[in-house]
Amino acid sequence: MSIHVDGVSKRFGDFVALDDVSVDLPTGQLTALLGPSGGGKSTLLRIIAGLETADTGTVTIEGREATHLPPQKRNVGFVFQHYAAFKHMSVAKNVAFGLEIRHRPKTEVKKRVAELLELVHLDQFAHRLPSQLSGGQRQRMALARALAVEPSVLLLDEPFGALDAKVRKELREWLRRLHDEVHVTSVFVTHDQEEALEVADEIVVINEGRVEQVGTPDQLYDAPATDFVMGFLGPVTRLGGAQVRPHDIEVSTDPGQPGAVPGRVVRLLRVGFEVRLWVETAPSEEPVSVTVTRAHQRQLALGEGSAVWLSPTSDATRVDAVV
Amino acid sequence: MARAQAPLTRDPAPVRWGLRVVAVVYVVLLVAWPTYLVFENALKPGLGAMLDGLRDPDVAHAIDLTVTITVYAVLINLAFGLTVSLLLVRYDFPGKRLLSALLDVPLSVSPVVVGLALVLVYNGQDGWFGPTLERLGYQVIFSTPGIVMATVFVALPLVIREIVPVLEEIGDEQEQAARSLGANGVQTFWRVTLPGIKWAVVYGVVLALARSIGEFGAVKIVSGNVVGQSQTATLVVEETYQNFQQQTSYAVSALLALVAMVSLVVVAVLRPKEHKS
Amino acid sequence: MTSSLTAPSRARVRGRARGARRLGAGATLGLGVSVLWFSLLVLIPLVAVLVSAAGLGPKEFLDVLTNAQTAAAIRLTVVQSLLVTALNVVMGTALAWVLVRDRFPGKVVLDIVIDVPFALPTIVAGLVLVSLYGPRSPVGIDVNNTRWAVFLALALVTLPFVVRTVQPVLETLDHDVEEAAASLGASRLTTFRRVILPSLVPAIAAGAALAFARGISEYGSLVLLSGNLPNRTEVASVRVFTYLENGQKGQASAIAAVLLVVSLVVIVSLDLIQRRVARRG
Repeated sequence: MSIHVDGVSKRFGDFVALDDVSVDLPTGQLTALLGPSGGGKSTLLRIIAGLETADTGTVTIEGREATHLPPQKRNVGFVFQHYAAFKHMSVAKNVAFGLEIRHRPKTEVKKRVAELLELVHLDQFAHRLPSQLSGGQRQRMALARALAVEPSVLLLDEPFGALDAKVRKELREWLRRLHDEVHVTSVFVTHDQEEALEVADEIVVINEGRVEQVGTPDQLYDAPATDFVMGFLGPVTRLGGAQVRPHDIEVSTDPGQPGAVPGRVVRLLRVGFEVRLWVETAPSEEPVSVTVTRAHQRQLALGEGSAVWLSPTSDATRVDAVV
Repeated sequence: MARAQAPLTRDPAPVRWGLRVVAVVYVVLLVAWPTYLVFENALKPGLGAMLDGLRDPDVAHAIDLTVTITVYAVLINLAFGLTVSLLLVRYDFPGKRLLSALLDVPLSVSPVVVGLALVLVYNGQDGWFGPTLERLGYQVIFSTPGIVMATVFVALPLVIREIVPVLEEIGDEQEQAARSLGANGVQTFWRVTLPGIKWAVVYGVVLALARSIGEFGAVKIVSGNVVGQSQTATLVVEETYQNFQQQTSYAVSALLALVAMVSLVVVAVLRPKEHKS
Repeated sequence: MTSSLTAPSRARVRGRARGARRLGAGATLGLGVSVLWFSLLVLIPLVAVLVSAAGLGPKEFLDVLTNAQTAAAIRLTVVQSLLVTALNVVMGTALAWVLVRDRFPGKVVLDIVIDVPFALPTIVAGLVLVSLYGPRSPVGIDVNNTRWAVFLALALVTLPFVVRTVQPVLETLDHDVEEAAASLGASRLTTFRRVILPSLVPAIAAGAALAFARGISEYGSLVLLSGNLPNRTEVASVRVFTYLENGQKGQASAIAAVLLVVSLVVIVSLDLIQRRVARRG
C-alpha cells in the first residue's frame, strides 16, 4: 500500500471535517476522492500532504510513518485548484523550483525541465510568465512542477475546478493518458462524479467526514453500498420502495410482468436520443422518472396520458430506500 | 495616478470649471507656490553658494547624522515590519487583533509626546530604565540610540501598512506549493514570499525613509540638540533660521524637500506596477 | 499614492485566515522579540506618560490644565484644529471630486502635489509657509506671529487626509445609482445631496478625524511661523515642550496625557466608523 491513512480525525472549531477516517491507497493507481463540497475530502488530501495536521490518527507514505513530517520532507507532489503558480518566475523556473531546492546539478535541472515541459506540451512557453498562460496551461505547468521532484505520490486538489467545462474535459482525458505513461501513485479530489468515473482506477466516496464506500468505478456504479453513493453517482428515482436508476426501469403497455407497478405518463420530454417520462403511479406520490430510448418510445407509441406498467430490469442497480 | 476611470458622467461646464479652478488655486497657494519659493530662496545666491552652505562643518555633521539615523531606523522598521506582517497574516495567536490595533497608535501620537514618553523611560537621572542602562554603559537620551528610537517610533506602522494587504491578497498557496516541493521555511521566504511582496516592501521603505529623514519634534526632545554632536538636519533648519542664517536654513530645507519629492515620485512611478500582475 | 497613510490597515487583518498556522518555534521567537521591542519602544513609554501625569495627583493635574496660559494654549489648539477640520471637509471633498471626476492636463501633477505635505519634514513645511506668508513675503501677506499662522500651518499639514480617504470611495461609487436617480427625476444637486453625499460621509468622517488628530498634535510646522506667543499663538504641544525644558516632567505629562487620550479616542472612533461601514457594505 502506497498511502495508509489510519483513524484520522480533524476538527476546525466546532466543525468536524474528518471523523475517524481510514483508507488504503494502492501504489501506481489513480484514485479519486469523491464527495460533495465541505465533505472533508480536501482536508484528507491536505493531511496526506502535510499542509494540515490531523488531530488524531496516523499517515504512512510508502511504508514511512509521516504523521508529523513537515510537507517538505514527505516527497509528495501537490497540485492546487488555483494553480499556486509562482507569479514572479518563468514557466521553466517554476518547474525547476523543486530541483533547485534539492541542489541538483544545473545541466540535470535543465534537461529534466525540458523533458517535463515537453511532456505537458508547454515547451514553447518555457520563458513566459504564468500570467501570460491560460488556466489550462497554468495547471499543466503546476503538474510538471509537481512531477519534477519525482514524488512518491502526486496529490491533486480539485485540479480542474477552476477551468471552464470544455478545457476541464480535455484536461482530464489528458491526465488519464499521462498517468498511464508516468504511473506515479496519484490521488485527486473532485466533486464531479463524471470526472471520477471517467478518470479514476479507484474511487473513495467521502461525505460528512466519513468514508461511504471504496471501489472501482464499476463497483460503485453497479453496487452502491449506501443510499448516498447511489444518489451521488447518478440520477435515481423511486419505484415501489426502492431506489432505481431511471434507465433501469422496463416500460410495457400491458401488465405482463408479475409485480409491475401500473401508472400513467404525465409528462414526456425528448432530450437528444433519449426520452424522459414522468409516470404517476399513485396520486399522493412523486411521479417516477423513467428514461427510454427514442426507438423504444416510438415502438410503444408512448405519449402523455398513456397507461404503462413499470418494473425494474433484471440487472438493475437498486438500493432499498430508507423510509 | 493612472486610476481606473469610471465612465464619466460629467458635471456641467460651469460646475466643472469652478471646482477645477478652486482646487488648483487652493493647492497652488497652500502647497506648490510656497514649496517652490523654498527652492528659489535656496538657489538665489547660486548653486555653488548653496552647496557651500551645506559644507559648513556643523551642517555637514548634522546631515551625516540624519543619514546614519535614517539607515538604522529604516533597517529596524524593515525587520520589525516584515516579521510582524508575516505573523499577523499567516499565523494565529491570542491577542492578534489587539496587537494589530496597537500598531497604528504611533501614527496619531504627537511627536512631542513621543519625545516626552521616551525621556520619561530612558533618561539617565530619573527614568524608569535609563539609570540602569547608563550604569551598564548605554546612554540613550541625548545620544544616537535615543534619536534612533524616536525616529523608529514615528515611522513604525508605515512598512506594516504596505505589506499586510499585499500578503493577504497573494494568499499562502504559493508558499504551500513551495513547501510541498521541498523548500524549508527560510527558502520559502526568500524564494517565494519576499519576491511576491517586493514592491510593497519598496514603498514601505521609501515612506519610512521620508518620514525618518523629516522627524523633528520627537528628535528635538531626545537628542538634546547639541550643535555638531546630536543635531540632525531638521534641527539645523530651525536653529539657523532663528539665528538669522536664513540662507543655510533654506539650503538644508531645499535638500530635505528634494528628498521628500523624490520619494513621492518614486512611489508614484512604482505603484502602478503592482496592479499590473 | 500614499493613501495607505490615511486608511487604517487594521480592519484588513482577518481573525482567522484559512490555513493560518499555529506558531512554531521560530515564529514564537519572532513574535516574542517583536512584542518585546514594541513594548519597550511604544507601550511602556506611553504608559509612563500616563503614570507620570497621574503622579501629580488630581488637584495638581487640574491646576496644570486650568493654568491660564495652558488653558489658552489648549483652547487655541482645539479651536484651530476644528476650524481646519471644517475647511478640510469642504476642500478635501472638492479636491477628491476634481481628481476622480475631472480630466485635464496636469491632473497627475495635482495628484502628486497633494501628497507633498505628507512627505515634507514638518519644520520644512513651516519654512515653506514662511516663504510665502512670512516677513519676506513676495505678495506682501505677513501672518507671522498671528493666529492665522497656526491656521495656515495646520491647513497645510492636514491637507491630504480627507482627499485620500474620500478619493477611493468616490472612485468605486456606482454610476448606475446616479443614473437611476436622474432617471427618477432628481436634479444634479438633489442627486449629490441625497445619493452621493450619504455614501461619502463615512470616508469624510474618517478623514476629518485623522485631520483633527493631526492638528491637535502638530508641533514642527508651527515653530517658525507662529512665534509661540503665550496666550496668543502658543499651542498645546509647545506647552508640553516648555514644561519639559523647565524640568517639569509631571506638568508636561499632564498635557501630553490629554493629547494622548484625544488620539486614542480618534483611533477608536475611526474603528467604529469602519465597522459600521463594513457592516453596511
